[in-house]
Amino acid sequence: MNSSARMTYASIEKSILRPETTEDIRDIVAAAVSAQEPLAVEGTGSKRGLGRPVQAARTLSLTKMSGVTLYEPEELVLSAKAGTPIAEIEALVDENNQRLEFEPMDYGPLHGLEAGQGTLGGVVACNLSGPRRLKQGAARDHILGVRAVSGRAEIFKSGGRVVKNVTGYDLSKGLTGSYGTLAVMSEITIKVLPKCETETTLVLRGLTDGEAAGAMAASMGSAAEVSAAAHLPAYVSSRVMDGELGNEAATAIRIDGFGPSVEARATHLGRALEKVGKLERLEPEASRRLWRDVRDVRPFVDGTDKPVWRLSVTPTRSHEIVMSLRMQAAIDAFYDWQGGLVWLRMEAGEPAADLVRETIRRFGGGHATLVRASESVRAATAVFQPQPGPLAGLSRRLKEQFDPAGVLNPGKMG
Amino acid sequence: MSVMMPKPSEAILSRRRAIVEALRQIVPGEGVVDAANEMAVFESDGLTAYRQLPLVVVLPSTVEQVAAVLKYCHGEDIPVVPRGSGTSLSGGALPLEDGVLLVLSKFNRVLEIDYDNRCAVVQPGVTNLGITHAVAGNGFYYAPDPSSQIACSIGGNVAENSGGVHCLKYGLTANNVLGIQFVTIEGEVMRLGGKHLDAEGYDLLGLMTGSEGLLGVVTEVTVRILQKPETARAVLIGFPTSEQAGECVASIIAKGIIPGGMEMMDRPAITAAEDFVHAGYPTDVEALLIVELDGPAAEVDHLLAEVEAIGNANGAVTCRVSQSEEERAAFWAGRKAAFPAVGRISPDYYCMDGTIPRKELPKVLAGMKAMSEKYGLRVANVFHAGDGNLHPLILYDANKEGELHRAEEFGNDILRLCVKVGGVLTGEHGVGVEKRDLMPEMFDEDDMKHQQRVKCAFDDKHLLNPGKVFPTLHRCAELGRMHVHKGQVAFPDLPRF
Repeated sequence: MNSSARMTYASIEKSILRPETTEDIRDIVAAAVSAQEPLAVEGTGSKRGLGRPVQAARTLSLTKMSGVTLYEPEELVLSAKAGTPIAEIEALVDENNQRLEFEPMDYGPLHGLEAGQGTLGGVVACNLSGPRRLKQGAARDHILGVRAVSGRAEIFKSGGRVVKNVTGYDLSKGLTGSYGTLAVMSEITIKVLPKCETETTLVLRGLTDGEAAGAMAASMGSAAEVSAAAHLPAYVSSRVMDGELGNEAATAIRIDGFGPSVEARATHLGRALEKVGKLERLEPEASRRLWRDVRDVRPFVDGTDKPVWRLSVTPTRSHEIVMSLRMQAAIDAFYDWQGGLVWLRMEAGEPAADLVRETIRRFGGGHATLVRASESVRAATAVFQPQPGPLAGLSRRLKEQFDPAGVLNPGKMG
Repeated sequence: MSVMMPKPSEAILSRRRAIVEALRQIVPGEGVVDAANEMAVFESDGLTAYRQLPLVVVLPSTVEQVAAVLKYCHGEDIPVVPRGSGTSLSGGALPLEDGVLLVLSKFNRVLEIDYDNRCAVVQPGVTNLGITHAVAGNGFYYAPDPSSQIACSIGGNVAENSGGVHCLKYGLTANNVLGIQFVTIEGEVMRLGGKHLDAEGYDLLGLMTGSEGLLGVVTEVTVRILQKPETARAVLIGFPTSEQAGECVASIIAKGIIPGGMEMMDRPAITAAEDFVHAGYPTDVEALLIVELDGPAAEVDHLLAEVEAIGNANGAVTCRVSQSEEERAAFWAGRKAAFPAVGRISPDYYCMDGTIPRKELPKVLAGMKAMSEKYGLRVANVFHAGDGNLHPLILYDANKEGELHRAEEFGNDILRLCVKVGGVLTGEHGVGVEKRDLMPEMFDEDDMKHQQRVKCAFDDKHLLNPGKVFPTLHRCAELGRMHVHKGQVAFPDLPRF
């Protein structure tokens, strides 16, 4: 992070408000509305580098709204206050052989921060996901209910604590991924699921991006029930697992589940993949390290603030997008296919937003988010994909309904 | 009809002829139906207790026509009720006397199947099962499977966020839809999502899914398709008490097993189903579980043994594993025929749809037994045990004075009990008109106002499907007022700005 970002951070720290109850949050928002002075809404601030910089004199920090309020492993449900560290939740469910199925990624390292600093509220507000995205969804697919305070300084709830629920509009999904711009979530209920007994990863070596696309599509369309697929081009592959994978391009396919099932599926898929190229197999511990590194974009954790893009695109078009971009700009890229993503690092330091988005448009559509850049670049760039006029109008009307005074994270989403 | 609908507008009713003519200009030929005898088939949906002829029925065949109809209705302040196949069990597609019924059944084409990206692009009138049929040849299927899947449309599934028996493992409609094209009441055509994942801004797709036709009219759907599991086998486990069956369900999940389907039936439902289809169910048990495991053969065999052991440890008196695809189908035949089977032993039945935390099942079943005595009506239960979704079937005779009313009161009491134990009013059938007036059991005024503010962002004139979901319609201007003013709110323990 550059020095100007640090100065902004310091000035925010001075006027930080730390509510302890939902009613406190309501009173703070009411005060903000009365004074017409916006609030920067955050948990620990670990994802402050995501989105556009918020211009607000005061910060509403949810760090004192912390603690798991309900956990019933046999009901597969957990509720916690929004400021509860996600690491605490992951440790608790792990003790019960469960996990958050959507594998929320950790942006901390990419932003030059320590890993494991985020909160449940942050994970939901940013709709995080991981390499299991295609199969098991993102935070949006695992949230069951929420209690929140809108920009109208009114407390409301939505959803419940059961999986199957269609009672009223799904405001929980509406708040997921809204980056704290519609309401301040105070308590969140999510689904938890059993941990896999074991996992393994098959790694094909030396494929081109196009060959890898074919191998991943075939694997994911097979009966092997693949839970993750990624392609790390040459040299990107050396920046995961502390270099253990070496320099050669690596196309990785994860299979997880019960022991006998994993063995049968890995053997079956392995036979098919051997025909494609040189095949290696990772044991459970190595497999876990690889996918954590893919999930958290470790190849681009470099201590710089070179722009990093997250592209959500049609999987089979992703290598065409990367090839086209490579001819026009200095980029580094890798593919998290089952996350539905391409990660791009712009080597020249310029975000080249128009180029990136125009290229996506030409190859099947999708959207691009600038997930790392200096504060000044993020202030000058459309960090989130601009929406077509009518859709932008609808989003704006939704914002006006929930936060008519514009006091919650103004400007964060553009 | 025991539910109050918004008072029809005399101004609209008196302009009916002109409205029909204007709509004929947009949708030519037989696409506009205004004769009472021809509109009769549309007067109710799956909730047949409520009936109403619409002002006029319009069956557009292009997105441009849908947009033009909506734009016209918006300009003329005419309500619009969207309808797919009309299988809603909550009256979601119940027509309005002064409203246009917009029927999407002509949108019945599969537009694209993309196996490499594992998705299909379809029109909203394609049936749920139609999607599976279109991709089955290549070994794929569409996962959510509501019981009405042979008839219900995917557009209706999006509107209702439909479920089915496989939700715990494979999710609801919301988790299986990648994108939609929809038309706003103003006639604006919008696209959300597509073959890529997640939204670029607010999750409007998440809000649209399950919005019961109140936010927009879906004209195209991109769904995720899945590789058909290599194998599926089911096991029938009978218990002397429903408590033991409930314990068995909890133990299976505690073991880390998420079955593809896990259904429970109580004794009246078992008996009715067995008498009807002779599925081979044991009739001397109080509760019967059907547990289906799907996936690679190695996994299914391994887990079946575990499930059998768990069943026995929880006091199972019968345990049968399907030995063939025919036997598996027979196990399900009884469950899938439970509704018609109950229809054979009673002139009418009323199907409820609450969800509860699984552990509360014994309490809720006991409560229902007491209510059954109080109301003098029988009840049979089928239960999606994996996800806590309960379908009590209340048996009554509409020809007997007062029985329908008693059945409805009985049903309302069941749903109140579901909410009281931490559950919800509806798991998959939707609120519609049926549960509209029960919404305050679950939501307070501020909760519902925030839901209606979403409505205001999409349809501030309340023209799309009015009278559904919300017991009280607040005008958007009223909802828009801010109730916080300088000096009115105290915050004693917090720093003042």
